Amino acid sequence: MTHEEIYVYIAIMSAVTLAVKILPLTLIRTEIKNVTLRSFLYYVPYVTLAVMTFPAIVYATQSEISGALALVAGIAAAWFGASLFRVAVICCVVVFLSELILI
Amino acid sequence: MTAENRQAFREGIRDGVPIALGYFVVSFTLGILARYVGLTPFQGFLASFLNNASAGEYVGFALMALKAPYFEIAAMVFIANARYILMSAVMSQKFSPDTPFYHRIFVGFDVTDEIFGITIAREGWLNPFYNYGAMLVALPGWSVGTALGIIAGNILPAAAVSALSVALYGMFIAIIIPPARKDKVVSVAVVVSFVLSFVAGEFFSEISAGTRTIFLTLVIAGAAAVLYPVEKK
Repeated sequence: MTHEEIYVYIAIMSAVTLAVKILPLTLIRTEIKNVTLRSFLYYVPYVTLAVMTFPAIVYATQSEISGALALVAGIAAAWFGASLFRVAVICCVVVFLSELILI
Repeated sequence: MTAENRQAFREGIRDGVPIALGYFVVSFTLGILARYVGLTPFQGFLASFLNNASAGEYVGFALMALKAPYFEIAAMVFIANARYILMSAVMSQKFSPDTPFYHRIFVGFDVTDEIFGITIAREGWLNPFYNYGAMLVALPGWSVGTALGIIAGNILPAAAVSALSVALYGMFIAIIIPPARKDKVVSVAVVVSFVLSFVAGEFFSEISAGTRTIFLTLVIAGAAAVLYPVEKK
């Protein structure tokens, strides 16, 4: 593959990605009044992030058990009000420590 | 910069640090793939700086390796990134009418799963300077990580990669659990999402994870919106 070809590919990828990310933000400039559509957009973040988290977190680690433990620990920490950063660190530490035994 | 914007900028950097760390690990492995495809460190940096999308870039690099037609790479990158249409639409509603238009372009430039997550976790109107703070650390974490992956190949120990690979999921958990605790409908939606995501992964594994995410989001958030519409505050 020549360098020109690679740059053309990168240009196409980037144009598509940036259009997807920027167009809705710039085209939808007024408040959406429709209650159903508003409610849909309200639920979207939680549903999307939940779908992406499980079961992916279980398969991300070397052992499925350590991933599952991280999930449980993260939910417990977040439930009791731990910050974003702290929850992320707790999940990492749980995986690291549990894999010392599991792996 | 006003004092309020400076404060938001600082908070953005603070919340961006764990994102950057998680990005670094993921993009490092992306760089290993890019190296195999034949990208230089600069090309990897450029692709990651402009795309900042894990699945989209994986698909793009993999198709480059196959010398796929341009249309095909455009279509596949679109599918891999289509969930950002929803996220961008959600964020459009967080903008105050007083915020200048150009901020929408710059904030849109770096819509990612994680930055979307921390943005919607904040109350009130979106302050673009919060996003800029997060971007300031997250974007280099992602693009420099890709370049270093191309240069260095696989040098991180497996135990470190494994532990750090849950950092981004930990952030997602921290974003969805507090509202789920307060709002019963959200908590049910989260549990249903977990269950259906697992079921979809088991029975429709030939469909890409990105497409499954879009489909499940449309169905579950759609059902919640119809059954439990949210009254305007």
